[in-house]
Amino acid sequence: AWADLPTGDFSADLLTPTPAELIKNYTNYYEFSFNKKDAANLAQNLRTDPWSVEISGEVEKPGSYYLEDVLRQQTLQERIYRFRCVEGWSMVVPWVGFSLGELLKTVKPLSTAQFVKFTAVYQPEIMLKQRNNAMLEWPYVEGLRIDEAMHPLTILAVGMYGDILPKQNGAPLRLVVPWKYGFKSIKAIVKIELLKRPPVTSWNQFAPNEYGFYSNVNPAVAHPRWSQSSERQLGSGFFTPRRQTELFNGYGEQVASLYSDMDLRHFF
Amino acid sequence: MIFRINNLRSKFIVVCLLPLLWLCVDIAFDNLGSNPVQALHIRLGDWSLRFLCLTLAITPIQTITKWRGMADYRQLFGLYAFFYASLHLLGYLLADHALMWRIIGIDIIESPYIWFGVLAYGIIFLLALTSPKWAKKRMGKTWKKLHRLIYIAAVAAIIHYFWQLKGNLAEPLFYSIIVFLLLGFRVLVWVKNRQLTKMMIPTGQRVLALAEKQGVIQEAPRKQR
Repeated sequence: AWADLPTGDFSADLLTPTPAELIKNYTNYYEFSFNKKDAANLAQNLRTDPWSVEISGEVEKPGSYYLEDVLRQQTLQERIYRFRCVEGWSMVVPWVGFSLGELLKTVKPLSTAQFVKFTAVYQPEIMLKQRNNAMLEWPYVEGLRIDEAMHPLTILAVGMYGDILPKQNGAPLRLVVPWKYGFKSIKAIVKIELLKRPPVTSWNQFAPNEYGFYSNVNPAVAHPRWSQSSERQLGSGFFTPRRQTELFNGYGEQVASLYSDMDLRHFF
Repeated sequence: MIFRINNLRSKFIVVCLLPLLWLCVDIAFDNLGSNPVQALHIRLGDWSLRFLCLTLAITPIQTITKWRGMADYRQLFGLYAFFYASLHLLGYLLADHALMWRIIGIDIIESPYIWFGVLAYGIIFLLALTSPKWAKKRMGKTWKKLHRLIYIAAVAAIIHYFWQLKGNLAEPLFYSIIVFLLLGFRVLVWVKNRQLTKMMIPTGQRVLALAEKQGVIQEAPRKQR
């Protein structure tokens, strides 16, 4: 769909993207299945056209916007980001997207807006685990602090590998926050609310001692049941050692200042 | 019956290697998906757990069907549980970590789910070591005591499986039900035996009293306080 997009700032030149086939076949989508393979198949049933996003809360201009209108307004870029899952694997994805901050500016956030809540699509007739009320509270919800949301690294992605986003990878619109564990990067967003208070987020609600609100990638803070010190890179073969995980997934230079006065062990 | 089972044994030895062959084929044809190393761990861990369950199933099957002579199969399956667990461990050290000992050390220290894997492996390693018949003979009663540790190994293996997962608990749940049933069978047998023993004590005393009355023996031994 987008053949020759400019590669945006912050795309690490040294990163070699993970083959598309591997990315398409290895993704968590708990709404469909707890199994990655089944999820990739079942996600094909998702209805993504037409798609609109409601933006509301502490903003001057709340409203519901068609995705195509949003895309007309925003500048698309390719961003090649490392993506680190809390399960201990990582990949490099050439996303196509636009700055979330730029979108939020168009609705004029009020000074009272301190947090951003993202809500994913609710289609229980298609999404089996929603229909069965399995595991998490549905729909899936994620959240960011306003400064995290406005950060230039944070994007809303609509594609990858120069094409529209595969459904299992979050079509038609997903969040990408490269310095946080993958589950923060919510898929199939239908609602964005600016709030005074932090929202209750899905995984944090499910297991607060295991999945913090911040969930910044941090090799020094282990998950209660497994280490986060290293990661298996998709595409790397047998007998290739695991990669040592970097603080903020390697984006510390850009984002460490957001957390300079915080104890990252406490606010994990 | 016994003859037929013994005849089957050598075939079983080969059949139990098929999962490994299947895995090798999948590796050769790049059939393990986007994260083959993870798939390798799961595949080998699953087979080790399956053989552990089979090992634990032999005694109940013997008790229920009154077949004899299945102890050889128990040993065979137990050794295969050890075999696949060893490959699982080698996969972790070699295929996943390429023997980077510093990272392996941090990983083990920080991952409680691995501690349970280490415990389970430690136990079945000892059991495999003492599995030959001459070891069994030499160890006498200690052998039975030692080999009862397999119950702990099974529970530790299940926890090891559960604790590494974020969401999909269907598979470990399946195995925990199996292990629960297999261990539950032993608890039932133990309770039943205890009750039988209890019932035997009054009978014994009655027999003793009767013998005394009829002058078969002189006097009942006094109870020691």
